[in-house]
Amino acid sequence: MRRFRRWGPALLLVSPSLLLIGLFVYGFAGWNAKVSTSTSRGYQISDDYIGTDNYEKLFADERFGLDVRNVLIFTLVFVLGAMATGLVLALLLERGIRFESFFRSSFIFPMALSLIAVGIVWRWLLKGGEPVGGLNKVFDSLGLDFLVGDWYQSGSSWAIASIALPAGWALSGYIMALFLAGIRGVPDELREAARVDGANEPRVFWHIVRPMLWPVVMSALVILAHISLKTFDLLLAIVPKGNLGLDTPAMYMWYTSFDGGFYGRGATIATLLLAGIALVIVPYIWYSVRSERKK
Amino acid sequence: MGLSRRGLIALATVAALAVLPACSKDAGQDGGGGDNKSVEVFSWWTGPGEEEGLAAMIADFKAKNSGIEFKNAAVSGGAGSNAKAILQTRLKDGDAPDSYQRHAGLELQDDIKNGWVSDITYLYDSEGWKNVFPKQLLDYLTIDGKIYAVPVNIHRSNLMWSNPKALKDMGVESTPKTWSEFLTVAEKIKGKGKIPLAIGPGWTQKHLLENVLLGELGKAGYDGLWNGTTDWTGPAATKALETYKKVLEYSDISSASADWQPMIDKVVSGQAAFAVMGDWADAYLKGDKKLKFNEDYQVTASPGTDGIFNFLSDSFTLPVKAKNKTAAEAWLKEAGSKSGQDAFNPKKGSVPARTDGDAALYTDYLQFALQQWQGTKDGSVQLVGSLAHGVVANNAWNAEIDTALGLFMQDHDVAKFAAAVKQKYTDTK
Repeated sequence: MRRFRRWGPALLLVSPSLLLIGLFVYGFAGWNAKVSTSTSRGYQISDDYIGTDNYEKLFADERFGLDVRNVLIFTLVFVLGAMATGLVLALLLERGIRFESFFRSSFIFPMALSLIAVGIVWRWLLKGGEPVGGLNKVFDSLGLDFLVGDWYQSGSSWAIASIALPAGWALSGYIMALFLAGIRGVPDELREAARVDGANEPRVFWHIVRPMLWPVVMSALVILAHISLKTFDLLLAIVPKGNLGLDTPAMYMWYTSFDGGFYGRGATIATLLLAGIALVIVPYIWYSVRSERKK
Repeated sequence: MGLSRRGLIALATVAALAVLPACSKDAGQDGGGGDNKSVEVFSWWTGPGEEEGLAAMIADFKAKNSGIEFKNAAVSGGAGSNAKAILQTRLKDGDAPDSYQRHAGLELQDDIKNGWVSDITYLYDSEGWKNVFPKQLLDYLTIDGKIYAVPVNIHRSNLMWSNPKALKDMGVESTPKTWSEFLTVAEKIKGKGKIPLAIGPGWTQKHLLENVLLGELGKAGYDGLWNGTTDWTGPAATKALETYKKVLEYSDISSASADWQPMIDKVVSGQAAFAVMGDWADAYLKGDKKLKFNEDYQVTASPGTDGIFNFLSDSFTLPVKAKNKTAAEAWLKEAGSKSGQDAFNPKKGSVPARTDGDAALYTDYLQFALQQWQGTKDGSVQLVGSLAHGVVANNAWNAEIDTALGLFMQDHDVAKFAAAVKQKYTDTK
């Protein structure tokens, strides 16, 4: 009883959230996995079991192959773009320019917008063709004609990369904040010591600050990569339905489940997406738990 | 027991949370149970024209049924796709509205299989609808010998819109009567630096597909595509699909419009010569754009489909779990009545499914549409059903055709497309 007094109240306090998460997140993820092994379609869930049939069919499905390729390109461009932009912005702000807090907030604000709203705004900005509009108009009037393009409408098999632009725009401010915190977290004494030893600023950054930023880079990578895999609202707002050049697994899951009633196939895609995200997150959790234990 | 106060509070919180889900409302398991003092009708009629049309029909309904309160459960967005997603959850939960909108035809097949909608053939008998709806339409409404929905309106899919002044400037004297004629004219228009055919997102491409197939295969061949008697991979269908591929080459598909309105706008502004679109375009051009029929814009049957009416229709159902069955029946009677249909359709920009609509109410394009529709009664106009709008293919096959068509837009492989569609027909039967 005495021991219960020690950890009992704490357990009781977290138990509602444990229960809710257990049921509504893990319970339903499990239920979803179960549906993915059934023939469920026609807007009905069947209780039968067909093993990995849905998975095998999906791996042979041309559309799914295209989707996986698209989401990989999207992830690559989005993650690298947002990381690079975020780092550059952080380095610029770290110099202690005037109105720093104004700029800092301005860069972070896009993250406060719903991705649906971001998508609709960028659908206009990334307008291609005639008459010239959006970003193209800006480039056109600045004489930067070579930058004018058809963006996501170009029909190129790399068109999906242009959707990484709005996604990067929305998230790079957040990455900047992460980096800024990381850079500011480096003790001044260390930098001073390096400067006393005769290092110039770039060398201080490279040898002192950079090695201490690794944890930030890791977190940023994991956050961006899992956001990228599950991106749905942004694509739904920008991509015209039926344009498979810009299709991703998340979109396929939605359309096949709710237009066609293929619940089994939809659940299979969802399970694979979850597995993909776990592939990114689980090693990270394992890494951070281990490094915390070391402390 | 010696539990601390903190522990007790925590315990109480857990207990409260555990009870919460049990408080959810009890869904009427077998339907009925309502007092029939109100009727909840679910639709996606929230856009310009259709909202006014619905309001006019509601007013007529109230005049006839003073004791029933009308609850309009319309959901906007996505041309009905948002509404359909919400409806699905409600139907699965057993929380059905008293009546809901669906496209007439095989779009209803899943609902029937899942036991969500009731057979309402008895209403057709008691209201005499079998005599006022064209026989050809009843055939499309009948699924396994039963009828599950009341069609309120009729839209026509196989239409080609153009701007007479722009055509004159392009040197096009008459609108093409066949797709091969279209291809000749298109080459000429392309030479003048204009777009021969405006196109939009995926569903408009499917809309074009069905009308090219209809124009090339005729009624018998087209009907056969949907019941398995025309081979998708056979020579006739392959030739028709090759035509479709060529027609697309004369479209602006590389910079396709985001929706059908901007697509039609290109025809209005003279950038593009033609657009194949259903007759909801008329309400847009006449109402929103304030254009004059046969002066600023004109319409003909899409090439090769003169004398054929490719229809789609909005219809209402009686859910098995409707709470107010009697009130719902009153609504369905309204939806099928002459006064209801004549109140709704002139505003929506469609024609009544009944062939005894008051001709004086339908002007300009709608006059032509009504005359064509009434021709389906005696068979002088042939009736076929639309693919893109849910008449001839069930939801599963339709969604698989979307995928196959999307892949076709990537690789333009006719044989592969035909084989995929044929295979999916068997898979989704």
